[in-house]
Amino acid sequence: MNKLFEKLENLKILVSDGAWGTELIKSGINSNICPEILNLENPDKVFNIAKQYIEAGSDIISTNSFGASKIKLNSYSLSNKTYIINKTAAEISKKAAGDKLVMGSIGPCGKFLLTDEINESELEESFYLQIKGLVDGGVDCLLFETFYDLDELSIGINIAKDFTNIPIICSLTFNKNNDGNFFTLMGNSIENAFEELLKFGANIVGVNCGNGFNTTIEILKQIKLKFPSQKLIVQPNAGLPELVSEKIIYTETPEKIVTAVENYLELGVSIIGGCCGTTQEHIKTIRKLVDQWRNKNR
Amino acid sequence: MEDYLNKLAYCIEKGRLNSQSKIPSNMLGQDGVEELINQLIQLNTPPKIIIEKGLIKGMNEVGNKFRDGKIFIPDVLLSAKAMNYAIELLKKEFPSENMPIKGKVILATVEGDLHSIGKNIVKVILEGNGWKVIDLGVDVSSEKIIVKLKEDEIKAIGLSALLTTTMLNMKKIIIDLRNSGFNLPVAIGGAPVTQKFADEIQADFYSSDPNEFVNFLDKLN
Repeated sequence: MNKLFEKLENLKILVSDGAWGTELIKSGINSNICPEILNLENPDKVFNIAKQYIEAGSDIISTNSFGASKIKLNSYSLSNKTYIINKTAAEISKKAAGDKLVMGSIGPCGKFLLTDEINESELEESFYLQIKGLVDGGVDCLLFETFYDLDELSIGINIAKDFTNIPIICSLTFNKNNDGNFFTLMGNSIENAFEELLKFGANIVGVNCGNGFNTTIEILKQIKLKFPSQKLIVQPNAGLPELVSEKIIYTETPEKIVTAVENYLELGVSIIGGCCGTTQEHIKTIRKLVDQWRNKNR
Repeated sequence: MEDYLNKLAYCIEKGRLNSQSKIPSNMLGQDGVEELINQLIQLNTPPKIIIEKGLIKGMNEVGNKFRDGKIFIPDVLLSAKAMNYAIELLKKEFPSENMPIKGKVILATVEGDLHSIGKNIVKVILEGNGWKVIDLGVDVSSEKIIVKLKEDEIKAIGLSALLTTTMLNMKKIIIDLRNSGFNLPVAIGGAPVTQKFADEIQADFYSSDPNEFVNFLDKLN
C-alpha cells in the first residue's frame, strides 16, 4: 500500500502545512521574482519553511513548486529548468519531512485553453515535466491545488495517472455568488465539479484558498452530502488579506479558525491545513485540535 | 425595430454569432448577431442606436450576471466574441462612421503577477460599453504605465492582481504615479482585493463588479 493511504488508514486525519508564498514573502524575498527559483538559488530559505511546518506538527507537507509548471516558468525565462526546479523542491521538502509525508504541489498554469492562450499538448508537456521532477525528487503523492478549470485539471490528472502508484489529491477553489451558491471561476457547481474530478480518477478531493476557514465549512458540508464516503482535503486561506501599517495581514488568526476546524473534524475531513496567510501558528492550532479530537474519539 | 434590438442584445449576451451557431442550444436555426444587424441596417437604424440599444445593452446584462455569479468566465468570453463580431460588421457597413469612444483607459496586471483573466474580463466589459482600452498586459511596472501616460491622453487606470503576494505592488504603482505628477483616477480589482485595501493604498475606486467600473468611468465624462 502507498505510504499516504497507509498513514491515513492508521491516523485517519492528517495535519498538512500552511502557506508557502506568503511565508516566503515574509522571509524577505522580493515579490517580483519567481518564488520557485529559490529551490535552486536559496534552498535554505525553502527548507526553513518546510521545517517550521514539520516542527509545528504537520503530518504531510507540500513543496515549493506551486508555480513551477513549464508554462508559468516560461514567463520568467526559466522553462528549461522545469524538471530540476521541481525535483529540487521535492528533495528539499523530503529532507525537512523526515518520516513525515510530502505532497508535490502543482498549481494552474494561469492561461486558458478556452481562449487558445495554450493548447492541450503544451499543457501535457508542462504537466509532464513538473510531475516527473516531483516524482523523481521523491514526493509521496501529488497535490493539484487552487484549480478552477476542469479541462486543464483533467489533462494534469491524465499525465499523473501514467506515474503508477502515486496518489492524486485534487483541490479546487470556489466563489460564492449572490444567491449563496458556490461555483468555480468557470461555472462548475460543487456537485458537478467533484463528480467530474472523481470520474477523472482523483483519490482525494477537496477545497483550498478562497475566502477563509469559516466560509469553507459550507462547501465541505455540501461535498459530504453528495459524496459521503469520499476522503477530503481542506486548506483554506486565513481569511482575506488586509493592509495594516504597510503590512499584509490576514483576518483569520489562529484563534478564529478553531470552530471551523472542529466543524471539519465533525464532517470527517481527512487532511486539514491552510493556504495563503496561514502560518506555523495556524498549524499548531490545527495539530492541537486534531489531537484533542483523536483522544476524545478513541 | 425595438424587437430586433432586444433580440440583438440577447444574442450578444448568449454569444450567438449567426443562424449557424450552435449556442445557445434552444435557439438552433434562429437569427444571430449577423442576421439581426443586417435587418436593423435595412430598417435604416443608425449605428449609434444599434450599438447603444443592442450591443451595449447586451454587454450590460453580461456584466450584471457575471457580478451576481449567474454566468461565468466562459460565458463572458463568448459574449466578447459576439461583441467583436458585431463591431466588425458595423465597421464594414459604415466605414466612414467613427465608433463612439468615451475615452481611453489603461488596464494592467501589476508587476510580479502574471494573471490576465480578471483584467481581460474588465476589458471586455469596458470595450463593450464604449471605452477604448489600452491593455498593457501582465507584470506591468510603474515605468511602463508612465511611458504610456506621457504619449497618450488617458482618462483612468485600472490595476489588477490575483495574488495576495503581488497586491502590494498596486500601492507602489499608485505612489510612483502620484510622485511623477499623474493624478488621474486609479481603480483596482482582483480576487484578494477589498474596499478596505483600496482605502489603505488610496486607490480612487474599487469594485468586484466590472459594470460598477463602467459607471465610475462614465461619471468622469
